[in-house]
Amino acid sequence: MRSALAALVLALAVGASVAQQARPLADDPVLEAQVLSIAEHLRCLVCQNETIAASRADLANDLRDQIRAQLKEGRSEAQIKQYMVDRYGDFVLYTPPVRPTTWPLWIGPFALLLVMLWWLARLLRSRRHEAPAVPLEEAERTRARALLGEATEPGVTADAPKDEGKAKAVQASSRDKAKAQRRS
Amino acid sequence: MKLRYIVPLVLFVVLAGFLAVGLQRDPRAVPSPLVDKRAPEFSLPLLEDPGVQRTVAQMKGKVWVANFFASWCVPCLVEHPLVTELSRSVPVVGINYKDKHEDATRWLARNGNSYAMVLVDREGKVGLDYGVYGVPESYVIDKEGVIRYKQIGPITPEALRDVLLPLVKKLDA
Repeated sequence: MRSALAALVLALAVGASVAQQARPLADDPVLEAQVLSIAEHLRCLVCQNETIAASRADLANDLRDQIRAQLKEGRSEAQIKQYMVDRYGDFVLYTPPVRPTTWPLWIGPFALLLVMLWWLARLLRSRRHEAPAVPLEEAERTRARALLGEATEPGVTADAPKDEGKAKAVQASSRDKAKAQRRS
Repeated sequence: MKLRYIVPLVLFVVLAGFLAVGLQRDPRAVPSPLVDKRAPEFSLPLLEDPGVQRTVAQMKGKVWVANFFASWCVPCLVEHPLVTELSRSVPVVGINYKDKHEDATRWLARNGNSYAMVLVDREGKVGLDYGVYGVPESYVIDKEGVIRYKQIGPITPEALRDVLLPLVKKLDA
């Protein structure tokens, strides 16, 4: 009974403190949406992998307030972003500006992709010439012929799958041999 | 040597180079665009006497350090002895950031107050103008009112010895 009472008191206390901290966010849903759309493109400097829109850090709160206040004053999105850049540098932008110092950042991944594609193409082209056909030895040839001959004979087509398997096995073994030869 | 051995070697050296440099940098330190710019103007009340306002303009002609601190900030406590040491060479203005008046007063009484003066930035508005994103942060401001250096995070003994004291001496000359 006493613990239940304690739990109730605790729950009320928690509820009260939350109620105190809640902020009147939805006064103006249009403005709020605008604030969030700007905040989504700005980095929170305290928790660097979150946007100002997503972060619950104090600083993010302050900066959202700033955006809200400046929007109310009629400043444009570009002006607000400039305000942030003036204070925190380009780092605050999730979309860094395109300029010579950021070219590697913007072009780098695509350049790397092109290099890899070129490398892959070269590799594939060289591989095509790499594997010359290895002639079968006479014994293998007769064995293969015997197996294939059996399969093509009329009346024994029911056995075909089995024989096909055998033929494949022969092919595989000769391929292995070819590989072994190439290696040596 | 064949190309196929050289290429991975070169790639490895490049990668190792990037890591060697990149891993030694502090990812939390964001270079401030305010360095070498004029210190943002403010007018803030004194902690001891809230009726009196102080401005950046009043500091003109002096080299000084603006040190953002708060009683709720643990690294501030860590750097406090070094701030005290720094204040022997240059006036350090404490800017009490988002703090309660009585907490700040008690904190200074307990840990010592070597600040030339303590100003109150209750809402953190001046902090925003200075690009503060976590206390403590300190700004060295020259005689013309230009920010010359920003210390992000607590002042370390190395930063004090190798950067702050030499810089203050140079600017004072």
